[in-house]
Amino acid sequence: MKVGELSSVWRESNHRYRLVAHKCGNCSTVYFPPRDICLKCHRESIGKMKEFELSGKGEIESFTVVHDVPPAFVRQRPYFLALIKLDEGPTVTAQIVDCEASELEIGKRVRAVFRRIREDGKSGVIEYGYKFVLQ
Amino acid sequence: MTEVHIIGAGETKFGELWDRSLRELAVEAGLRAIEDAGIYSRDIGILYGSNTLAGSLNWQNDIGSLLADFSGIASAGIPAIRVESSTSSGASAIREAYLAIRSGEYDVAMVGGVEKMTDIYGSEILDVVSTTLDREWESFFGGTAAAMAAITARKYMHDFNVEKEALAAFSVNDHANASKNPNAHYRSKITLETAMKSTKVAEPLNIMDCSPVSDGGAALILASDKFAKSVGKEGVVIKSSAISQDYLALHSRDSLYTINSTVRAGRTAFEKAGIKKSDISFMELHNSYSIYGLLEIEDLGFAEKGKASDFVMDDISLTSPLPINPSGGLKAKGNPMGATGVGQAVEAYLQMKGKAKERQIKEPKYGLIHSISGTGSTSVVHIIGGE
Ligand SMILES: [Zn+2]
Repeated sequence: MKVGELSSVWRESNHRYRLVAHKCGNCSTVYFPPRDICLKCHRESIGKMKEFELSGKGEIESFTVVHDVPPAFVRQRPYFLALIKLDEGPTVTAQIVDCEASELEIGKRVRAVFRRIREDGKSGVIEYGYKFVLQ
Repeated sequence: MTEVHIIGAGETKFGELWDRSLRELAVEAGLRAIEDAGIYSRDIGILYGSNTLAGSLNWQNDIGSLLADFSGIASAGIPAIRVESSTSSGASAIREAYLAIRSGEYDVAMVGGVEKMTDIYGSEILDVVSTTLDREWESFFGGTAAAMAAITARKYMHDFNVEKEALAAFSVNDHANASKNPNAHYRSKITLETAMKSTKVAEPLNIMDCSPVSDGGAALILASDKFAKSVGKEGVVIKSSAISQDYLALHSRDSLYTINSTVRAGRTAFEKAGIKKSDISFMELHNSYSIYGLLEIEDLGFAEKGKASDFVMDDISLTSPLPINPSGGLKAKGNPMGATGVGQAVEAYLQMKGKAKERQIKEPKYGLIHSISGTGSTSVVHIIGGE
């Protein structure tokens, strides 16, 4: 399933649900999380940052197995958190799912999927966004 | 321009202090510093209160006013401001006080750091501490302070072939020094073996790689040349103060294991002090997680990138050429966030004055104090000592 398919259902954050980056109209650098100003062009980029959909593909830059988890993640313990270097350039912090800890390795290829991220026990609110799976 | 002198210092015990409140800890530390300086509260020109999380932990903001009020200086109209820069709040508050005196606006400034962390139960503390990260793009997805440090640690160990023992050794040294510090959170010594086998927090980090959740308060009195002279007080000079910035989120940085804000703040601090690395007699480093201790040794220029493990495994004890964390560091003296940076300076002051008792370093010339925010967004470096 492509990350973008469910995006219309969730109004809250286009970027979080569809991995939509910002691309500088001046120098073409891609930013995710999106930025309203280019770190290279500064004021020359004002008004020139355009939405840019990422492929969701990348590789594991580093990762950890988290055992001591915040309340909203208790049902996922232990979970795997990683920094993913995306093919378009930016690095993103996200969970890796549907695998064993022993399968994780720096440099392995991953792709984005759309999943439940966290559950707030008090309000009962469930929040969604991207996670990654091994390719 | 006037020099800035630390003329008094005080702190509470750090630890899980169930029976002490936020304001009690702040006032106790403050009064000790005032007493140590031998001044009257009316001498204070301005107060900088340092705190990281009281708004979330204790439902209390305006820590500056709280401190001023319960230290008994509010009615005198002495201004009080809270300084918050995440986990480096204490160091930033010292820097603001330094600038206030340096500018000539005030002759005496007080810095009071405090954090009361044990009022929150269980894993909820993780949620609150995670607010020091990028909420939308790190902690939302399950990022915790320990998890981010662990991601850095794994990449560092992978790229430089560093064994986990080097990280554990940093904590072992902290505990050895803290065993000689009556104000430390943990006064027990640990071995490399127990550190390596301790409970997993975020792999590869164990609980013995992580600073604890501590309560505590710490305070300093800073003064101008003129004031120090008028009261005949021989303090310790703040030789230089430097601060620098990097991206908030780890994933935005150029490197996972070079803390650029520390590189820049360190460089500036040495330039301004006009001294060499070899002039430093001891360092108080911000090891909220053991990995950061190693990175900071490198980023401050005391080891090449990837080589701090040799430095740490060699000798960083109180009798080594460059003792690290004589206080017991964040791991063992404790990490009451808003008080931590001020507490580091209290230790450095005691060392320079020859008042550190059992953990006294022999004839220190200069001490370096270092703090980072979160995973390294802000770094603050102070060098104290000399003339
Ligand atoms: Zn640009």
